[in-house]
Amino acid sequence: MSVLVIAEHNNLTLNPVTGSVISAAGLIDSEVHVLVAGTGCQAVAAAAAQYQGVTKVLLADNPVYEHQLPETLTGLLLAISDDYAAILAAASTGGKNLLPRVAALLDVAQISDIVDVHSANTFVRPIYAGNALATVESSDAIKIITVRTSAFDEVEKGEASALIEPLDQVITQHKSQFVSENLSTSERPELAGAAIVVSGGRGLGSAENFHLLEKLADKLGAAVGASRAAVDAGYVGNDLQVGQTGKIVAPDLYIAVGISGAIQHLAGMKDSKVIVAINNDADAPIFQVADYGLVADLFQVLPELEALL
Amino acid sequence: MKILVPIKRVVDANIKVRVAADNTGVDLNNVKMSMNPFCEIAVEEAVRLKEQGIATEVIAVTIGEDKAQEQLRTAMALGADRSIWIEKSGVVEPLAIAKLLQAVVEKEAPDLVILGKQSIDGDNNQVGQMLAALCDMPQGTFAFKLVIQDGRAIVSREVDGGEQVVSLALPAIVTTDLRLNEPRYAKLPDIMKAKKKPVEHMTPETLGVTVKSSLKTLSVDEPKGRSAGVMVGSAGELVEKLRHEAKVLP
Ligand SMILES: Cc1cc2nc3c(=O)[nH]c(=O)nc-3n(C[C@H](O)[C@H](O)[C@H](O)COP(=O)(O)OP(=O)(O)OC[C@H]3O[C@@H](n4cnc5c(N)ncnc54)[C@H](O)[C@@H]3O)c2cc1C
Ligand SMILES: Nc1ncnc2c1ncn2[C@@H]1O[C@H](COP(=O)(O)O)[C@@H](O)[C@H]1O
Repeated sequence: MSVLVIAEHNNLTLNPVTGSVISAAGLIDSEVHVLVAGTGCQAVAAAAAQYQGVTKVLLADNPVYEHQLPETLTGLLLAISDDYAAILAAASTGGKNLLPRVAALLDVAQISDIVDVHSANTFVRPIYAGNALATVESSDAIKIITVRTSAFDEVEKGEASALIEPLDQVITQHKSQFVSENLSTSERPELAGAAIVVSGGRGLGSAENFHLLEKLADKLGAAVGASRAAVDAGYVGNDLQVGQTGKIVAPDLYIAVGISGAIQHLAGMKDSKVIVAINNDADAPIFQVADYGLVADLFQVLPELEALL
Repeated sequence: MKILVPIKRVVDANIKVRVAADNTGVDLNNVKMSMNPFCEIAVEEAVRLKEQGIATEVIAVTIGEDKAQEQLRTAMALGADRSIWIEKSGVVEPLAIAKLLQAVVEKEAPDLVILGKQSIDGDNNQVGQMLAALCDMPQGTFAFKLVIQDGRAIVSREVDGGEQVVSLALPAIVTTDLRLNEPRYAKLPDIMKAKKKPVEHMTPETLGVTVKSSLKTLSVDEPKGRSAGVMVGSAGELVEKLRHEAKVLP
């Protein structure tokens, strides 16, 4: 039986994290279908069809799916779930919002945030802020899974294109309505896929000072991240938060500036290949996970680094 | 308006847990336990709605062992009026938690259920969404702002790209994110008063719910550790190392 991946997209472009979910799905079964639900999202479906291993793309293109509200999408997924051995989505705010609803109505468990696939029914997932890895075996007939996309490489795009099949179910509901959204627009790379991430914490002291860090990020072509403390203090938006309850990243290089290294922050970045910590407190816990540590005042170091690069 | 707040007893957020020697779980012997931080935020939000005259009653509920009643007392010290203890020890999967809570929702008919977005032990992030599905209610997850207006809940949510606002018909389910509020500390007189507030004792059997499990934990392992690397003396040395040793910069 095939497995279904729910595409992550904004109606215009396919988010590359979908390629990582396809990669995890391919370890469960070689027949991978992708569901694109949205409005005016043919280009997204075409992009999904290019991924190697994808044999079919289901396209539910209707204004009712514009904001991909979970109350609406659940109905659509229940209508097609019989055909699948597993349904997977990214452990993004979208996937986390949707899949538990689907699991509950199918009367099965959801396996959250998997980082490895041992077999079609055995998965590895971090618990306790990543301080332990649990290997769990599911006895459910259908597996509902969210995937930690930083743990799987995006599958390659192939020459051939999978079949795109329209879905004409139209699910309407009135209990939940979209009101508005405020999405940050940035020229910088997305946190999830960036090769370099420069993150700032409470040590930056203010939103203005955060620009120092942004300048360094721009020199490096890096994404900008932040600790929860920096988000709470209003230096940056919540979409930049790295950690147990924010985004999980694993770039080639992670530079933590003015971040102490709380368990919850480490949970979001400790799988980075190389970690650099810049902090004026030599005892800051961040140094225990850093490959390169620099005990110094960030206000002195940031301009120096920028000049050197 | 009646608000139900499901809360969970978990290992304290400041504790770094260790994997148990036999790899069956983590070692929780003599470890400080607390209310899940996201649940504290849920209690705080419900109590604020009561203080604003929007809610009339706040009920805390937990599924857990005997000692989970401590967290119910905390919730009542923070302002919950009464609570429900569903006695069940051991790990209970999110779907079973949601089914038990569904039974409580059917009994109490709250207008709003506020849960934490995630328990910091299992990091599941499931129960609120599952409960919403089972009760056929709309959901506003990862809330950083909640306004009750004209019989609807207007929920501002933290999403990956920024923020989203949804409007939900009541009764509805809301799950909390960290920025929703800053929970108060319980004052001594309130802690004393909480001792007299009622705790209703229930079990899965009295609620008519069969607790099933479909996930088996085969092992719990320590993740690959990281060790401290080297300290550098200057920005120049750092750049040099990143270029020529780590080779992560051109
Ligand atoms: C349930 C829960 C979930 C959480 N989830 C997350 C999460 O997902 N992500 C997250 O990040 N946090 C999370 N937190 C918060 C976390 O516990 C910490 O409070 C937070 O990470 C601290 O952020 P910080 O390191 O920026 O601030 P601080 O701990 O205050 O550290 C600031 C650091 O800056 C250094 N500094 C100050 N001035 C300078 C200077 N001039 N030059 C150099 N260094 C300087 C200081 O030495 C200090 O080490 C969570 C907490 C809870 C309870
Ligand atoms: N044992 C429990 N008793 C009561 N509420 C719970 C329990 N477990 C989880 N919850 C609620 O569900 C939220 C999300 O938990 P989870 O889905 O396990 O991450 C928690 O913040 C609580 O509000």
